Amino acid sequence: MNKKEIFVNAAFKENSIWRQILGICSALAVTNLMLNSLIMGLGVIFVLALANFTISIIRNWTPRSVRMMVQTLIIASYVIIVDVFLKANMPEISKQLGPYVGLIITNCILMGRAEAFASQNGPLDSMIDGIGAGLGYTIVLLAISFIRELFGFGTIFGLQVLGSWWTNWSIMVMAPSAFFLLAIFIWIINTHYYKAKA
Amino acid sequence: MDINAFVLFWAAIFTSNILLTNFLGMCSYLSVSRELESALGLGTAVIIVLTVTSALNWVVYHYLLVPFGIVYLQFIVFIIVIAAFVQFLELLIERYAPALYYTLGIFLPLITVNCAIFGVSLFMVIRDYNFIQSVAFGAGSGIGWLLAIMMLAGIRRKLKEKLVPIGLRGAGISLIITGIMALGFVGFSGIVQIQ
Repeated sequence: MNKKEIFVNAAFKENSIWRQILGICSALAVTNLMLNSLIMGLGVIFVLALANFTISIIRNWTPRSVRMMVQTLIIASYVIIVDVFLKANMPEISKQLGPYVGLIITNCILMGRAEAFASQNGPLDSMIDGIGAGLGYTIVLLAISFIRELFGFGTIFGLQVLGSWWTNWSIMVMAPSAFFLLAIFIWIINTHYYKAKA
Repeated sequence: MDINAFVLFWAAIFTSNILLTNFLGMCSYLSVSRELESALGLGTAVIIVLTVTSALNWVVYHYLLVPFGIVYLQFIVFIIVIAAFVQFLELLIERYAPALYYTLGIFLPLITVNCAIFGVSLFMVIRDYNFIQSVAFGAGSGIGWLLAIMMLAGIRRKLKEKLVPIGLRGAGISLIITGIMALGFVGFSGIVQIQ
């Protein structure tokens, strides 16, 4: 596979959220505001790209028995960087994201990509795969949070787009809407997928 | 945080259910909810691990990380504590209760990557709970998680013979069921507020 194929494959064809249903904890939790989703997505892209890169570099020297632990520690180190950066530069957003930044470590996407791709491929390819997978994740987050923020607050990225006539749907701010929207999202994509296959 | 530990325990089960309002532990929740028996096994394991690791992590955080000024290492340390405890529990069960090992032990490796465990430890630090509160919150969250996965497993068993649109099969319909369950749990939310 060439570099472009790797990227497209990771971002769309094998998209972690809608094809593999991985990493949806944070996809549900941070999508009440678009800005939160964007920051979270960028954080995941950063961690995925660099963790994949590092795991790929040391893949030939990692004993199989401690592989999982080594991968987790590498991922955790990059997550700490993201967390410290957010705390220092965007304290407000860091507070809103709360534990979900730290929870990138246990996000199944990270382990999934490390196992499925980085432990078998070269560093550069792995990095591209990481960026692609992270981008696919970010797109889903932004799509869900677009609907939730628009209907829940009448805003997009904090800018008022729906006028004063708009009544906010408080359900969009609450937890159940996240489940419903993600389900509908998966439904649409899967129907399309089965149609394309048939 | 000044809140009664007993109240916190009930709040963790109903008003701020770890899965239905905080979305934690979704991966294993969706994948292990096909059978009631395995849901019960995993749920029980989650209760045990959550209760013990929230206690362990509280001690580690307040007596190791804070005095040495290395709070920024909390993610790594918490993960190691959780992984080590799960490994230890697995060995213990295998050695002393082989029968239990086949119903419970097989789920233990899954738990290390269950974000509910790690998430509860992080919530405990962010909300500044004391020791008793942390244990109550951990146990309550575990029971809340068991409740959620058992409900889903029960509904999915009934759903087996029903016709579901092809695109919704599997994860899609489970998420919709979970959404309806979460909607039901919103009804509890006025009772006590801990967030």
